This record gives sequence, structure tokens and C-alpha cells, in this order.
Amino acid sequence: MSLLQVEGLGKSYNLETKVLKDVNFTVETGEFVSVIGPSGAGKSTLLRCINRMVEINEGKVIFNNLDVGSLKKKDLRKLRTDIGMVFQHYNLVPRLTVIENVLHGRFGYKTTLQGVLGRFSEEEKEQAFFLLQKLGIEEHAYKRCDQLSGGQQQRVGICRALIQDPKLILCDEPIASLDPNSSKVIMDHLKSITNDLGITCLVNLHQVEVAQDYSDRIIGLRKGEIVFDGKSALLREEQINHIYGTERRELITV
Amino acid sequence: MNEKAMRKSRWITTVSLIIIIGITYLSAVITEFNFIDSVATLPKALSWIFANLWITQETWERLPAILGKLNETIFMSIAATTLAAIISLFLGLMGSKTTKVNNVFSVLARLIASFSRNIPVVAWSLILLISFGQNSLTGFLALFVGTLGFLTRAFIESIDEASQSAVEALQATGATYAHIVNKAVIPQSLPQMLSWILFMIETNIRSATLVGILTGTGIGYTFDLYYKSLNYNAVALVTFTIVIAVIIIELISNRIRKVIL
Ligand SMILES: Nc1ncnc2c1ncn2[C@@H]1O[C@H](COP(=O)(O)OP(=O)(O)OP(=O)(O)O)[C@@H](O)[C@H]1O
Ligand SMILES: [Mg+2]
Repeated sequence: MSLLQVEGLGKSYNLETKVLKDVNFTVETGEFVSVIGPSGAGKSTLLRCINRMVEINEGKVIFNNLDVGSLKKKDLRKLRTDIGMVFQHYNLVPRLTVIENVLHGRFGYKTTLQGVLGRFSEEEKEQAFFLLQKLGIEEHAYKRCDQLSGGQQQRVGICRALIQDPKLILCDEPIASLDPNSSKVIMDHLKSITNDLGITCLVNLHQVEVAQDYSDRIIGLRKGEIVFDGKSALLREEQINHIYGTERRELITV
Repeated sequence: MNEKAMRKSRWITTVSLIIIIGITYLSAVITEFNFIDSVATLPKALSWIFANLWITQETWERLPAILGKLNETIFMSIAATTLAAIISLFLGLMGSKTTKVNNVFSVLARLIASFSRNIPVVAWSLILLISFGQNSLTGFLALFVGTLGFLTRAFIESIDEASQSAVEALQATGATYAHIVNKAVIPQSLPQMLSWILFMIETNIRSATLVGILTGTGIGYTFDLYYKSLNYNAVALVTFTIVIAVIIIELISNRIRKVIL
């Protein structure tokens, strides 16, 4: 059984436009899959349907044998602990310290009272430090997040996702706000998460070259429809032009 | 196209200027306000102020009584602001896009905010005066209601701008509403909120004088009393203590702001 199955997924925010149209694909455990496509193609929406940050209108998302669309509140919480999420703008609490932000990833496992009181076990704290060390930012553990560079903040974001002990990590343009060096560091970390820890990664990317370098498989999205789904090596100029249409040229000059 | 737009905007400026001048002239005529005359009375008014508004030796004896009333006023302002802040925090969470529980509460919170904010504190005092009479509760409530509206509005904005992205991230981890509010929204927006509360305390100490005159409480009442008994030296002393108090409060809150922000 695949880790993630998306069947006939359709989504619209309003009556006029359908953002996603009949999207079908599956992701196996341990895969590193990139989603590429022009701005507005629906990449972010697709990712947010998987952990139901937006409601699903049509079709099904099956994650770990659970029908995501039909989960009740409590089960949805439980589902979300299994899915980490990494954002373009890191989405940390800037005034809090690095370690506090990392531990936020454990809230899914806590009762309301435990979470509000900030009760974390020794193991959880050790795990947080272990992850910070793994991503090379343990010396910043007690700094406020707004004092860190973009690349460092994104690594905090990754730690927060990893401490959830997830089966899948969704990354919504994790390197779109970073310089090339930091981008490489982040992509290398994401890749090693999949290779070393066996955690599946589904990554939205703007840069086709990066997607080709890092992913096992690429999904091309255009106007809410999948127009390419296959091994990275099979993605040729022709397919890229098909995914981006005329917009590809604009993308490069920006 | 561009030149046309520019010409049009210049034309609009000219017309607005003419309209403003026209309205100013009209209102002067209607209210029989004579600019030359009012300037002419200025020297007289100033010399009266210097002649009468002196703090004399014997008025200093009234200082303890005045300070007592001033204290009362300051504490009433702080109490009204703090209570309003607590309720505003709740309303702010309900009203903010990122932390609202449902649309009904959200609209309700925004409605309360704009209703109580768009009626000036003086009007609230007069309205409440009718139902509660001349006592300190009326003054307290007038400040409270005005502050509630202002702070709710300010808190909604603080929460919206401070925590949208972090709220999304924590939702995605499976955190509960209480986790999100306590561990992301409040830590991030608290300094901004405290800053607004301090601002409101300053404002309320100023308004409390006026509200006190109307509702017969605190330093405003003292002011009114001396004023009506033509004891202008005492009026000067009261004014002086208010000014000093406001300056001190402002200095303190600026210091606090520097620490928390
Ligand atoms: N919350 C929302 N409400 C209404 N419309 C939305 C919302 N979120 C996205 N959309 C619309 O859905 C479409 C797809 O948006 P989405 O963010 O999924 O695209 P994307 O592929 O991630 O684009 P980008 O590369 O710019 O991030 C866009 O037309 C957008 O305007
Ligand atoms: Mg997007």
C-alpha cells in the first residue's frame, strides 16, 4: 500500500475557478518527489489538501490508509502529527527562541494543558538538541529566531517538522527566499532526511534545475492539472516547456 | 494618457482648494467668527492668564487634597484600562482573521469594537450619566467602554500582523487552539499589545479629567469645584499637577516600552 494516494482531487476557493482539477498520483514511502509548475498552478493548494489545511472539494486523499477528507477533528490532529510542513517564510514565532520553536513541533502529541504549561519531557528536549546539532545550528539554540539568517531559520523550521517524528514532510517552496548557498544547504538536508531517516518528502519548487538534481520523481502541474509525472531523468526541455508554457522565459529573467 | 491624468489631478487640486476656502469662509460667516477680533482678544486673554493663574503660597496647602484626588483619577484610569484590556484580548482573538473561532463571534467582536470606539468618551460619560448618575462608577464605565473599543481594534491588528504565518505552521503540526494562542499568538503580539495598553492609560488619565468634570469624580471634580468658586490659583495648581502626572506617566511607559519591544 502506498503512503499517499491522491485520487481525482478537485479544489476551488470560489465558484468561478477550479484551482485543482482531477489530480491523481501516488507517493511511496521513502520517495523524494518535487512538484513544479508556474505561479498560480495550484502547488501550494495541492500540498495543503494533503494535511487538510484547506478543505478538499472533490476526490480523495488517502494517507497511511486514512481518508484525509473524512477525518473528524481529533483524528485530523493525529494525522497532522504524521505530516511535517516546511514553509517558504519559515513561519516561526520570531520572538521566541530556536529551541522553543523546535519544541512547538511536539504540540500535536500534547493535551491542551500539557502544551499550555509547556511540559516537555527530557527525551523531547534531547531530541530537539540532537536535531539542532544534526542541522548544524545547536549553538543558536537559545537565540531568538528573528536574530537568525534566513537559511538558519529554515533549518529551525525543518527541525520543528522532524521532531514531530513524521512519515511525510511537505515543503512549500523551502528555498524560494534563500540565496544559492543556503538553498543548497537546505536541499541537502531535505535529501538526507529521505535517504538517512526514510522520511518521504514532497517538495514544491520554483527551480526546475534543483528539482532535477534532487528528486527521484517530478510532478508537473499546470493550471491545476498534472501534465507530467515521472522520473527526473525523463523531464526534457519539451516537457518543461509544456508545464510552464510561455511563462518559463519570464521565470528565468526574474 | 499620463499627461492627461496629471492635468486632471491638478485640476482636482485646484477645485478642492477653492471648495475648502469657500467652506471656511461660509462657516466663519455662519458662526459669526471674526478672525481679526479673536486675534485682538489674544493679548487680553494672555494677560488674564498671567494675572490670575498663579499658584500662590496658600494654594500649596491644598496640595495633599489635590494629590489624593489625582491618585484616585490615575488609579481609576489604570483600572478601567486594565479591565478593558482583559476583555479586549478575548474580543481581539475572536475578531482577528487568524485566531477567530467562527464568523459570528468575529463579526460581533468587530461590531462591539467599532460601536464603542466611534462614540467619544465625553458622549459616553453623558449617556452613562443618565443611567448611573453622578458617581465614580459612571466615570469608570465611560473610560472602560471607550478603551474597550480602541483596544479591541488595536489588538485585532496586532494579532493579525504578528502571527498569521506561525498560526498556520502550528495548525499543521496538530496543535490545539489553546496551544496556538498561548504559545504563538500571545508571545508574538504581547509587546505590541502592552504598548497599546500603556498608550491607553496615558490617554485615559488625560480624558479622566474631562470625564471627571462631567461625572463629578476625581481630579476633574476638584478642578470644576475651584473653577466654579473662582479660585483660579487653585485651578492653576490642579492643572499643574495633572501636567506633571501625565509627563511622569509618559516617561515611565516609554521606559517600559523600551524594555519590552
Ligand atoms: N485562500 C485562497 N482563497 C482564494 N483563492 C486562493 C487561495 N489560495 C490560493 N488561491 C488561488 O488559487 C490559485 C492557486 O494558488 P496556489 O497558491 O496553490 O498556487 P501556487 O502554484 O502555489 O503558486 P505560487 O508558485 O505563486 O506559490 C491561485 O489562482 C490563487 O489565486
Ligand atoms: Mg505557492
